[in-house]
Amino acid sequence: MSLESLQDLWLTYQSTVAFIGLNGLLALSVYTTLSCGQLSLAQAAFMAIGAYASAILTFHTQAPFAVNLAVATLAPALVAIPLGLPVLRLKGVFLAIATIGFGEVVRIFFVNLDFTNGALGLTAVPQRTSVWMIYAALAGALFVLWRIRGSRVGYALEAIREDEPAARTMGIHAARYKLAMLALGASFAGLAGALEAHYTFMVAPGTYSFTRVVDMLVYAVVGGTSVFYGPVVGATFLTALPEVLREISSRVGLAPGPLRLFVNGVVLLLVILFLPEGISSLPRRVRAWLRARREAHAA
Amino acid sequence: MGQQIVNGLFLGSIYALFALGYTLVFGVLDILNLAHQAVFMICAYVALVLVVHLHMPMFAALPVAVLAGGLMGIVVDRVAFKPLRGRSDSNIAGLISSIALATILEAAVLQVFGPDVERFPFGAVPTRSLKIGGAVVSELQIVIIAIALAMLLGLTWLLRRTRLGRRIRAVAESPKAARVLGVDVDRVIAASFFLSSALGAAAGVLFGLAFNNVAPDMGRSVELKGLAVIVLGGMGSMPGAALAGLALGLLEVFTVAWIGSSYRDAVAFGVLFLVLVLRPRGLLGSAALREA
Repeated sequence: MSLESLQDLWLTYQSTVAFIGLNGLLALSVYTTLSCGQLSLAQAAFMAIGAYASAILTFHTQAPFAVNLAVATLAPALVAIPLGLPVLRLKGVFLAIATIGFGEVVRIFFVNLDFTNGALGLTAVPQRTSVWMIYAALAGALFVLWRIRGSRVGYALEAIREDEPAARTMGIHAARYKLAMLALGASFAGLAGALEAHYTFMVAPGTYSFTRVVDMLVYAVVGGTSVFYGPVVGATFLTALPEVLREISSRVGLAPGPLRLFVNGVVLLLVILFLPEGISSLPRRVRAWLRARREAHAA
Repeated sequence: MGQQIVNGLFLGSIYALFALGYTLVFGVLDILNLAHQAVFMICAYVALVLVVHLHMPMFAALPVAVLAGGLMGIVVDRVAFKPLRGRSDSNIAGLISSIALATILEAAVLQVFGPDVERFPFGAVPTRSLKIGGAVVSELQIVIIAIALAMLLGLTWLLRRTRLGRRIRAVAESPKAARVLGVDVDRVIAASFFLSSALGAAAGVLFGLAFNNVAPDMGRSVELKGLAVIVLGGMGSMPGAALAGLALGLLEVFTVAWIGSSYRDAVAFGVLFLVLVLRPRGLLGSAALREA
């Protein structure tokens, strides 16, 4: 392959590569709160807070991009803590519903405020994000989660996820851990929001709706939530899939939009029914299956 | 003022109908069925096809669509919930499998009808209106409120007085105990899904008629409103859902009148959030098991 055709290939797929990274980061933000058994669906609101914060700073100050990103990472966490104090007392589905409510209220306020330019959102946001920054952020998030796993904190989170009352009996301060993970997940979402805004040139409030959160959750679940890199696997798979499908849909004669939705739904359903630990558990499963077969042969 | 109350009750009765089905399944299974909005949307399309292409009159198309919705509910249970029963993570897994099913159904509708809004033909709906006091009430509004009320009363009767109703309540109380007492739990759950989705279907058709607007994404906003309604009413409580549905309808109409239409949705979700934080069992909820 010549250098030129490589360059063409990069130009064609650059935005797909960028969105794989962004979606991976968003999936990790859902996973982070889920890692202690809490399903928060306010991630799109945190993402919006990060995106607006960074874009507005860019418009009104001369601050370097790194400062904007730092603000976009910290601001959602600062919102998550007062949100989490009352809300994290709720369990399971109720926590999910309360966070949906919060997310929608935040979005509606952004739509109605003046300095956020209402329903139109902020446009002509200068492009300051390069693809390497997205992957640096993703690597950073993965590093944090990797360090947590197997540490004291990691074991505490697992204990809370499996049985919260038992964990509390053992002296684990469950409320504090849950709050910390909510804040960490919020900051991942905020960072992804800022990076996306400066990559796509805009902050559009319509993109921070419930549908977006569902997408993030789907990435995490399809990839698998039993290992920390699972959500990234899911985001990669489901973000790259439409590129393949576009090819197929033009041959079969189905509209690409519905086909993409349909395949997403089918993949999600199959994974939740037959692969509860997600596609990142596939290699392990295949190995186990091969070993079982070999042993059956040997016997 | 009178006009606002009429409009609020009208909107609220559709919310109530939608939320009744939602909360019925939650009461029985402790699971949120997020495919409820897809059934709601598809059945509006079913009624539309019957009226537009088969030239059926509306009063005949509605029951057919409701029946179709009920059957679809059984399919939803079979595909998205039954295989997960007994799994430890069935709460969140069920949430996700029902999202998956809703996505598949929405994709099918998008493929067949496209993303544009479809409308009922002129004359399919009564268009006359009359004056009660100072308020103008359309015949359609009266019919919709009457149907919603009739279905609510019918459901209450069914749950209170019939064998099936008793079994549903037994399973809601404790599936294990119900099974020990000889109740076929799987069938009772399937029946609950049938009822729940039939109510959702009715809500979908009426919603489509009320706003003369049938679109693939029509269920999305109602789904979240429905959540607000069942939380406000108390999860699993039928009278609570009915009352909260009407309350939300009124609240929205008055928000539009006094504050402005842009904050209409903020009210629903603000209420949802505050209820969960301050009074998690809602207006009429009984068990206070929302917390640890």
